[in-house]
Amino acid sequence: MTLSILLVVSAALFCIGLLAALSRRHAIFILIGIEMMLAAANLNFIAFWRFGPQPQQPTGVMVAIFAIAIAAAEAAVGLALVIAVYRHYRTTNVDELDQLKG
Amino acid sequence: MNSAAFFIIAILTIAAALAAASLRTLIHAALSFALAFVGVAAFFFLLGAEFVGLVQVFVYIGAVAVLIVFTILLTRRDVGKDRGFNWSGVVVAVAVFAGLLWAILKTPMLSIAAPPIEALTVKRIGEVLMTDYVWPLQCVGLVLTAALIGALILVMEEKRE
Amino acid sequence: MNPWIVSNIWLVPAVPFAASLSILFLRNSRRTGAAALAIIGQVVSLALSILAFLLTLQTPGYRAFHNFTWFTFGEHAVRIGWVLDPLAAAMLLMITLVGLCIFIFSIGYMAEDKSFTRFFAYLSFFSAAMLGVVIANSLLLLFVCWELVGLASYLLIGFWIDKPSAAAAAKKAFITTRIGDLGFFLGILWLYGGSGTLLFYDDGRGCLENAGLLALSASATFVALLIFFGSVGKSGQFPLHVWLPDAMEGPTPVSALIHAATMVAAGVFLVARVYPLFSLGAINGVTPSLTVVVWIGVITGLMAAFIALAQSDMKRILAYSTVSQLGLMMVSLGVGGVAAGIMHLLAHGFFKALLFLGSGSVIHGCHHEQDIRKMGGLRRLMPVTFVTYAVGMMTLSGVPLFFSGAWTKEEILHVTAHWPGSHVPHYLMMAGVVLTALYMTRQMIYVFFGNRRVASEQAHESPSVMTRPLIVLAFCTIILSVVLTPAWPWLHDYLSGATPQFDFARLIQPMLFVSFALVAAGIGLGLLMYRNVGSQDRHRTADTDPLEQAQPALFRFLENKMWLDELYAHTVIAFSAFAARVSDWMDRYVWDGFVRGVGRVGQLFGIFTANVDERGINAGVDESVTGTRGLGRLMSMAHSGQVQTYLGAIAIGMLALLLFYAWLA
Repeated sequence: MTLSILLVVSAALFCIGLLAALSRRHAIFILIGIEMMLAAANLNFIAFWRFGPQPQQPTGVMVAIFAIAIAAAEAAVGLALVIAVYRHYRTTNVDELDQLKG
Repeated sequence: MNSAAFFIIAILTIAAALAAASLRTLIHAALSFALAFVGVAAFFFLLGAEFVGLVQVFVYIGAVAVLIVFTILLTRRDVGKDRGFNWSGVVVAVAVFAGLLWAILKTPMLSIAAPPIEALTVKRIGEVLMTDYVWPLQCVGLVLTAALIGALILVMEEKRE
Repeated sequence: MNPWIVSNIWLVPAVPFAASLSILFLRNSRRTGAAALAIIGQVVSLALSILAFLLTLQTPGYRAFHNFTWFTFGEHAVRIGWVLDPLAAAMLLMITLVGLCIFIFSIGYMAEDKSFTRFFAYLSFFSAAMLGVVIANSLLLLFVCWELVGLASYLLIGFWIDKPSAAAAAKKAFITTRIGDLGFFLGILWLYGGSGTLLFYDDGRGCLENAGLLALSASATFVALLIFFGSVGKSGQFPLHVWLPDAMEGPTPVSALIHAATMVAAGVFLVARVYPLFSLGAINGVTPSLTVVVWIGVITGLMAAFIALAQSDMKRILAYSTVSQLGLMMVSLGVGGVAAGIMHLLAHGFFKALLFLGSGSVIHGCHHEQDIRKMGGLRRLMPVTFVTYAVGMMTLSGVPLFFSGAWTKEEILHVTAHWPGSHVPHYLMMAGVVLTALYMTRQMIYVFFGNRRVASEQAHESPSVMTRPLIVLAFCTIILSVVLTPAWPWLHDYLSGATPQFDFARLIQPMLFVSFALVAAGIGLGLLMYRNVGSQDRHRTADTDPLEQAQPALFRFLENKMWLDELYAHTVIAFSAFAARVSDWMDRYVWDGFVRGVGRVGQLFGIFTANVDERGINAGVDESVTGTRGLGRLMSMAHSGQVQTYLGAIAIGMLALLLFYAWLA
């Protein structure tokens, strides 16, 4: 197991998250995709910590912990937003949410 | 560290993620999402960051996945409708993956093996959190509180004029 | 270290000034308060003046000054200060004493006036300004006070402002003296440019001391003449004397103050103060500037004496006599007799105040009638006024021994006789003495002797508040002669800084007898000429003047003041009116046309630019706005409102960045 193969896995995970966020029409899928991209980033942090020159310093681990905390907050707010949007527009289809159209 | 275990976990995780991104039924996708996150947690264990792996399991499987399921239940009326699939997103995602893959494989210094290290104990993580990272910790606490209150305000009943 | 009184001599003018300000804040009905304030101010000034005077007695030629910086601009510090020397001390004493008498007299004279308080405020102000002139140790400070004197005279001459003649006289006095002040101001500027200081005395650096005079050298003549021009205006010298007789329009105490103690004295005082400028580079005691002073004085003195002979207004006669006496003083200064000139100024201050107040008493008694031809026989009706007026008249005429005027006049004739420049002024001055005695005799006969006429029917003696100052002044006039005799010339030596010595032999001089003879001739001629005036019929106006019978043409000429006013009206004033008309025409047609032309050009340019704006710039702006709008429409197409589109754009951008960095590596 080398660092590069690990990075390939996390890159794949990131791109699957991106795919979900870009292609699916349901708002919950977008959130799921974003969570996947965050998990891929966390994986990278841990990997670089583990294979890095100074594994005694737990910096990568710390960033990963904080990132998970922030991701949890983001998920809570994001899902609350989905519910609020659903209440207001009676839909969770992001194609129909085009108030920002210029 | 075991290469076989690594490949099994990798394949499992990627497959679960793909399922989460592409399954038509929302509830199935949510379950696949949880499975993919178990896979990520397994990677953390594998890499010696047991504490992060545990946190990952608690936060994502215990909280975020449950939240998603509840959200699906609350927006149930909308679930049945057929939705299309945006293929242009697939093209972009594949392109980004190709770019990343090319960049990773092009860099030779990345193909190194992991050095042996001492185990990172929970005690040490606690010490570091309470000394070097005490200010970021406080800030995260604040952010979580704010997010909690914000989420509550967002989902409260809109007042009818 | 200066004594207290030297550094605080500013209090002498400051106290009357403060009194003046406080009176202005009083209500019109507070008559007693106003008079009391003014008189208290004057008494305090007098007391301080006596203190200062006593100090100067200690050493002959005492001089102390107190200078300080008033303000600084750039590298120049404007310094002012005050000086105490015999000249200033004697003037202070005379002004405050005479002023006090005039103030007290005014209480009676102005008793029925509705603006009683205003009058006393102005009087105090006048006195304060004049005291400021006297103590100034800087030409600048002197000039400031000088102008304040001018302002005060304007206010007081025009005191009865509802009288058109009074308003005109005030204006005339102000403008005429202003012509002189212009010269004075130019002189100050030249002096500052030449010597770099306006202080008189400054430990050897002042403009009257060696260093300052050395810096001036050749230009001193011009500076002196310019300053003298200011004196000419203020002291009523020819050709700027015309305002002085007109100033009789003011209340009589004001005339007394102007003619005796304050305004006209300022001009003579100024020449005496800056005398080193005049005498710089003197050859045998003669300089060009002093020669000018002498001849102006001679012309003024003689001309005014002649005019006085043919006037019928009681105060106008005195006014011309003042002009004449001032001419005499100028002659004295010009020929080098500074002390003699100042002595005459001081003596004149007392006896002219006495005469004016006496005439005020007469006018008051005759119910504000000023024509001497309507008076007569007042000798018995107003005994106190008569006696004091006679003292004044004899002093002015120069009756010897007991009257101060005689000694000072004799002294002036004495110095004039020894002037190396010319003997003509000496003889002309002697003629002036005869004329003075003549016109004063004429006035006495008309007013006090003979039968009563129209105005003196109901005459009465003035109240004691008016007669007491007369008595005091008459007494002073006589007392003063003690220190003026050639046997013990105390005042002369005090002023010139020598130690007085008693020498009886000096009393007997040929000049003394000559001047006695002249006075006797004048009075005798007067008695002879006007002997019949008194016996003319009662209860009507006197008949034609004896001089008029003998020489009608000459009398007309003199009565009309040698037609000088008319001459000015047809030359200076006519020219000024013509210049005003020309300026008006120029303004109306030439400059206005020019301005309108400029305006028209501006208007044309405006039309042109408006066109450019409309057709060129506006079109360009419209074009660019259309372009911007089209571009904006194009850009807004990218904003679909689809969150996923945005996210995809971000991903593509990220990919592009990645490829860019990879390509760089």
